[in-house]
Amino acid sequence: MSGTPLAQPRVFARNTPDALTFDRVTSRFAARRRRDESYVALSDISLAVGDGEFVSVVGPTGCGKSTLLNLAAGLLRPTDGSISSFGVPLDGLNRKAGYLFQADALFPWSTALDNVTAGLRYRGTHPVEARDMAEDWLVRTGLKGFGGYYPHQMSGGMRKRVALAQTLILDPELVLMDEPFSALDVQTRQMMENELLELWATQRRSVLFITHDLEEAISLSDRVLLLSAGPASRVIGEYVIDLPRPRDVSEIRLTPAFLDLHRRIWNDLKAEVLKSYEQARLG
Amino acid sequence: MSRRVLAEPRIGRTALFALRAGVLIGLLAIWHLGGRFGFLDPFFFATPIDVIARTWHDLGTGDIYRHLWVTTIETLLAFAIGTAGGIAVGFWLGLAPLASLVLDPYIKAANALPRVVLAPIFALWLGLGIWSKVALGVSLVFFIVFFNVYQGIKEVSPVVLANARMLGASRRQQLTSVYLPSALSWVFSSLHTAVGFALVGAVVGEYLGSAAGLGYRIHQAEGVFDTVGVFSGMLILTIFVIAVDAIVSLIEARFLVWRPDAGGRPDAA
Repeated sequence: MSGTPLAQPRVFARNTPDALTFDRVTSRFAARRRRDESYVALSDISLAVGDGEFVSVVGPTGCGKSTLLNLAAGLLRPTDGSISSFGVPLDGLNRKAGYLFQADALFPWSTALDNVTAGLRYRGTHPVEARDMAEDWLVRTGLKGFGGYYPHQMSGGMRKRVALAQTLILDPELVLMDEPFSALDVQTRQMMENELLELWATQRRSVLFITHDLEEAISLSDRVLLLSAGPASRVIGEYVIDLPRPRDVSEIRLTPAFLDLHRRIWNDLKAEVLKSYEQARLG
Repeated sequence: MSRRVLAEPRIGRTALFALRAGVLIGLLAIWHLGGRFGFLDPFFFATPIDVIARTWHDLGTGDIYRHLWVTTIETLLAFAIGTAGGIAVGFWLGLAPLASLVLDPYIKAANALPRVVLAPIFALWLGLGIWSKVALGVSLVFFIVFFNVYQGIKEVSPVVLANARMLGASRRQQLTSVYLPSALSWVFSSLHTAVGFALVGAVVGEYLGSAAGLGYRIHQAEGVFDTVGVFSGMLILTIFVIAVDAIVSLIEARFLVWRPDAGGRPDAA
């Protein structure tokens, strides 16, 4: 069973261009050895993230979720199809996007403060001004007083906060997030999710959020896209999440509306998870 | 194999210090008694008391400081030039895959050559002054630093690099804010070895032909069968190396604070 046929972003006015559009995008990786076939990670993907919309992508492991984000970020070029951001076709890096990586991407040799100011320094912001802005962001992400710490001196949750501040201080119009909280324990994770929602509510930027955690996807998003198992993943479902905002991620998970959505999406996701499991088992 | 082999011995600081001092005193005692009872000929082996007295005397009269100074200058120059060259070439080859592929066998060959055989050539080219010693030191330091920088460039985390790009770093900013700190962390971790080799270059160079320096003094003493002088020179050299190593440790601790394992290395001098 598939979800509602490709719905346009709901509440969002269509007069502003979408933050991100994929038009029949295919991504193929060259074979490592000559006799191998090339690997198709994504096949014929079309999707849109409206301006100010929070969209999550879920799918089983190995479904090319990270490839999707790398394409959106411009770190990777599509083999076929086209990608545009705010109406402009993407050529090279997506300058409108901020990217929160799944792995630790902080500069290990810089303090939290210097990590947060990195982007501003690249842009030539005056150091004093950059420092003031960074201090402000450290407060906002609950890291007041930790500016002088090095990444290895901080916990995983704190490092994620630094990474969040590092990305959001540049005020990107589109935020790409690759399972940013997957390495955190449940409590820290829900706290971070709530903080993310709060930040999002004030800035109202567009977000493309990748996760393998369905609950996380539903509780955060306006829309959830379901990817099929790889290789050659496609978008096989789209679900509008009409839960009221503001939300508390830990409380909303107990509401009947949430559970209903969860059941619907999980039905479709389960089949894909099993497929991906079978493939992994057969090698 | 049982795990107990790897267990940390339980011992207090004072007891450890006492044991270490005991080893030194024991060795000195054997040396001393050996001279006394004739199974270690003082002509060839000197005696600890003579060596310490000579060292004390030399340090007091001050002539030794001129030689120490020369050796220090040679070491520092060899270290500075070798490090600068290693960083420059390491950076270049790290970022130019084709050049590194082409030059790879030659670099390996050059590194395989025992550098000491170059000392006479350097003496021929650069004379008996400090520069032939500096050149020998450079030939040793360069490769250590080069290999570390090269490794550092190769092992730059792709995620950190992608992050810098997404944050808007230009190519130049990527070099200064990602590649350089990554490479420098490798340079600093090889600092002890690099400084040690710079010193080896200086002393061996002096030993093989010079008019000043610690190596020269040891060579002079050896030339006149002054074993006390040789041992005294070795003692001063050892003290010098320990002092240099301590300074390097301080610098390292200052620059590698961001490293999880900074300061975690055993305190071998």
